[in-house]
Amino acid sequence: MPQRAILDHEFIDWTKSSFQLLENGLNGSARLPFHGVRKAAVAQFAKLGLPTTRDEEWKYTNVLPIFKNQFALANQEPVVAKNAIDAFGFEGLRDKMIVLVNGRFSKELSTLAIDDSTVKVGSLSDAIARGEKAVQEHLSRYADFNSEPFVALNTAFTLDGTFIHIPDDISMPHPIHLCHIVVAEDAAAAIASPRTLMVVGKNSQVHLIESYHTLEESAHLTNAVTEVVLEQGATVEHIKMQLESKSAYHIAASTVHQAEKSCFSSVNIDLGGAIVRNNLNVVLNGENAESHLYGFFRTTGSQLIDNHTFIDHAVPNCESNELYKGILDDSSKGVFNGKVLVRQDAQKTNAFQESKCLLLTDDAVMYAKPQLEIFADDVKCSHGATVGQLDEDAQFYLRSRGIGEEKANSILRHAFASDIFERIEVAEVRDMLESLVFEHFND
Amino acid sequence: MLEIKNLEASIEGNKILRGIDLKVNAGEVHAIMGPNGSGKSTLANVLAGREEYEIDGGEVLYNGDDLLDMSPEDRARAGVFMAFQYPVEIPGVTNAHFLKTALNEIREARGEEKLDAVEFLALVKERMKLVELDQKLLNRSVNEGFSGGEKKRNEIFQMAVLEPKLTIMDETDSGLDIDALRIVSNGVNKLKNPNSATLVITHYQRLLNYIVPDFVHVLVNGRIVESGGKELALKLEEHGYDWVKEANNVAA
Ligand SMILES: Nc1ncnc2c1ncn2[C@@H]1O[C@H](COP(=O)(O)OP(=O)(O)OP(=O)(O)O)[C@@H](O)[C@H]1O
Ligand SMILES: [Mg+2]
Repeated sequence: MPQRAILDHEFIDWTKSSFQLLENGLNGSARLPFHGVRKAAVAQFAKLGLPTTRDEEWKYTNVLPIFKNQFALANQEPVVAKNAIDAFGFEGLRDKMIVLVNGRFSKELSTLAIDDSTVKVGSLSDAIARGEKAVQEHLSRYADFNSEPFVALNTAFTLDGTFIHIPDDISMPHPIHLCHIVVAEDAAAAIASPRTLMVVGKNSQVHLIESYHTLEESAHLTNAVTEVVLEQGATVEHIKMQLESKSAYHIAASTVHQAEKSCFSSVNIDLGGAIVRNNLNVVLNGENAESHLYGFFRTTGSQLIDNHTFIDHAVPNCESNELYKGILDDSSKGVFNGKVLVRQDAQKTNAFQESKCLLLTDDAVMYAKPQLEIFADDVKCSHGATVGQLDEDAQFYLRSRGIGEEKANSILRHAFASDIFERIEVAEVRDMLESLVFEHFND
Repeated sequence: MLEIKNLEASIEGNKILRGIDLKVNAGEVHAIMGPNGSGKSTLANVLAGREEYEIDGGEVLYNGDDLLDMSPEDRARAGVFMAFQYPVEIPGVTNAHFLKTALNEIREARGEEKLDAVEFLALVKERMKLVELDQKLLNRSVNEGFSGGEKKRNEIFQMAVLEPKLTIMDETDSGLDIDALRIVSNGVNKLKNPNSATLVITHYQRLLNYIVPDFVHVLVNGRIVESGGKELALKLEEHGYDWVKEANNVAA
């Protein structure tokens, strides 16, 4: 595919020149150690190039249409009215928001005030500039830019984002809501590179919500990277909601590192986007750690939503549990690739995985691929993938009781999704999401 | 109320109903009996509007309207209710939510005010007593994990809440223990009124001791081959179906 090569080549050239521009604007902060990481990342991206459908990991997701656009780095200081973000807050959590515009921490729009001075929630670039210890220790240590082109791209252009550090033995009394907004002002499509690092200390607890929105329809690319570190006994719920416009492109890598006895629970919701790819990588690196990964997506039109998860059981006595569900309408496409690696040492591992999808039309397509690689012998592992239609018997049952066809279908879709929504521990998010996805049901 | 004229229906190319004639007036109870596979459930499902069945001929009038032309939900809104032989499990939808949605859709179609949560609960509690359904089942998913008898009780409970005009009970007695049979039958009898009618499909005379039919029909091979009063059920109980088949030249 020579056409591809040209595109790839052009984009790499663009990356290099954009990086040059960015570097020129850095002034003093180019001397910070993190800039070395950026440089390494941009060089690595030039080597890796854009993935193609010939790469096993990108077999069903062609990213080329994204890069047919003329790109520009997203404007770092767009003006956003304070009331423009009201729609994106959760009822009851509007004062718990950290707002990021085009990946940049916005002090003006953020509403979260933390009383506890030992807890840090704020701008990542400030934390880099301060030489924050947790940043030096953890930033870019887990999200692998050596093999992942989009992680390399994000790392090269990481100017800012969110840094959260919760020290030991603190149970956060409320969730933290990171609200990401992309504002594309120029004719050229924007690339936003939001970056999040969250370090949760021993026996501490927090709920983190990451939501992604767009102010207007635009063919921009959000290329996000989130790193979450759970120290011994930490408990984290991470809810990621991608609600961008249907013409947006969204690529996100979340990398989670778990120490012993930690418990991580992830709920990944995708409703927006034209082409969406989520990579969720979890390393269980200490014994008796637990991971629960849940996902739900709903696609219409020609949307493509691709969820890749990877759970690495590196040590014995850990448990992972995974359930992804999707409802696909029109001629939309879904991909689920769930890799579970149980290393030789990881005896007594429990690993369960399931993906279930509903196809509402004949044109919708789902590719589901469980991928279990088990090298230990004393383990309990299972996986299952089902793709089906709405249950006609149930449909008739509801209709035979006077419930209209549309409503009956809506009830059944809701029922299908409900065991994902039920996992969401933050009630405000759960309620909002249910009404967002199933407006017709709750009257 | 219900007039079935020469109704023929098939499924996947197999002819099941071969010309059914039946007239049911308000206030009447009709029992339909017949051997396994004779088409009883097919008749019930066709009346309820199951789309898998093809109507090959005949017509069904319900209060003068063409029933076969109506969607299942419109039939329900017009007062048709089928208690399923095999109630469907619907994981993720609570019994309470399901029933409230159904009731309010029906009320709305009739131009009545929707019930709010409090009014609904009051009604439901009262009707649950009627069939002695355990209140815990309200907040469980529809029929999911219900015992055979609980499923059947749940059907009659729904009927008690929705107050249909024409009820078709498809083997509601199978799966019910002796006490439950009595309780459920009493419930059905209490709901009976001069404006409603009931079609009871059953294999056993026992149910008809409680829900006493005005007419009994025997369905064999897709046709009603014998009709009579309640004594016909007793005769069937005693002698089986062979004599009916022989008398009507149907292969045994
Ligand atoms: N999808 C189908 N394809 C082919 N035949 C079918 C289908 N569904 C039902 N039938 C057949 O239609 C016939 C009538 O079935 P029906 O369920 O109406 O019988 P019934 O009188 O209710 O029997 P029972 O007393 O056992 O409940 C049976 O022979 C059955 O096998
Ligand atoms: Mg039957």
